Amino acid sequence: MKYEATLALKDCSFELAAGNFLAVFGENGSGKSTLLKSIAGLIKPSSGTLNFNGIKKSEIGYMAQQTLVQKDFPASVYEAVLSGTLCKHKYFYFYTTNDKKIADKNLELLGMEKLKHKSFQELSVGQRQRVLLARMLCAEAKLLLLDEPTSGLDAVATKQLNSTLKDINLQGVTIIMISHDISGTIDFCDKVLQLGNRHFFGSREEYNVGIA
Amino acid sequence: MLELLEELFSYSFVVRAIIVGVCVSLCASLLGLPLVLRRYSMIGDGLSHVGFGTLAIAVPLGLSPLKISIPLVMLAAFLLLRIRESSKIRGDAAIAIISCSSLAIGVIIISLTVGMNVDICNYMFGSILAIKQEEVYLCVVISAIVFALFAFFYNKIFFVVFDESYAKASGTNIEFYNMLLALLTAVIIVIGMRIMGAMLISSLIIFPALTSMQLLKTFKSVVICSCILSVICFLLGVVISFVYNIPTGASIVAVNLFSFLTFYFISFVTGK
Repeated sequence: MKYEATLALKDCSFELAAGNFLAVFGENGSGKSTLLKSIAGLIKPSSGTLNFNGIKKSEIGYMAQQTLVQKDFPASVYEAVLSGTLCKHKYFYFYTTNDKKIADKNLELLGMEKLKHKSFQELSVGQRQRVLLARMLCAEAKLLLLDEPTSGLDAVATKQLNSTLKDINLQGVTIIMISHDISGTIDFCDKVLQLGNRHFFGSREEYNVGIA
Repeated sequence: MLELLEELFSYSFVVRAIIVGVCVSLCASLLGLPLVLRRYSMIGDGLSHVGFGTLAIAVPLGLSPLKISIPLVMLAAFLLLRIRESSKIRGDAAIAIISCSSLAIGVIIISLTVGMNVDICNYMFGSILAIKQEEVYLCVVISAIVFALFAFFYNKIFFVVFDESYAKASGTNIEFYNMLLALLTAVIIVIGMRIMGAMLISSLIIFPALTSMQLLKTFKSVVICSCILSVICFLLGVVISFVYNIPTGASIVAVNLFSFLTFYFISFVTGK
């Protein structure tokens, strides 16, 4: 896979089953984000194939590391979450009553119902991540691609977010998550991909044996 | 005040200008919000200069400026977005190049042909005298189409502008929406250019959205507020331009600037 004319990542190959939780570790510049963006279809890999086995494009949820653009964006929590349901609309872009119900349900699921009418820009980093997650749940995402969702969060918020992610995962959603925090992530993922000079891919147990 | 308005509306050119102006202000403020949020504000400015260049071609040839300018400016909008996507020339640089070049070409053509006359001056800085009856119909129809398209794609536009990478990952055709916004902006700029002037039309796109964003924090409220604000500023601007006999475009921009400063000040004081 090419990224700005140099190979960011090569010879990386792995397979996941539905409902897997893959943690991606690796040093800065080892190609973690590149990998995730390629899976999301944001950049084209220079070679190689991706096979989604029946997951539709609209069922892929991608969450970038927080970007600047969103900081002064006028949007209420509800507007942001509700917009996720649009992924399921093909030619008609108005919200149905059912969409609104789904949005309310997911807000509640992530404990954000009290902040429904708050502005997105007034939220803390952790709350924003929850809103974005709720939005992807509204799209009925089957595969979540998360680029360091816990960066910038304090220890408590990190823990909360991780356990929320685990809950979502247990409902059958496949998650691929980049993380810097190996010790915090290793307990609830079931597969590990370590990028480096030599890539490692295997189950959590194999990884633990490897570093022990 | 009432007498003034009565006098104002007794002129048919004023009525025409107000009909066109209200339509254009509405559409411009709608399109402005996504453009401002995507950091595309300068596209409006670039396209309006292209609009001036195309006028310079249309006027000496004695052709209807609208019919020449609309397709050409749309083409420029299309090219601008294409250039943005290829990373060889940076987006802001591309806009600057296209904007200056078309201005320069326009000025050259004008000075070689008709020369800097009142007509050209009106195109640059706006005039309420400029609108012809047939143009009113065209403007109303086009504005209605722009408005309808925006309304239809409203939720989707929010979705795309709010988080482009997610929208793209989940299968939305981002290029389509970028192109739609750019093309609609091109059309509105050409129509609005007659009243606002080529140099000032982009303010109609940027100001209302930016002003509303100072105080309001949800997408819907900003959209509604910028529509209302845009129309009010336009009407006030026309009245002021009529009373003090100053170019309409400049007077509308001044009112918009005043409203922006007011909103900015209020948000500063209330600490929002």
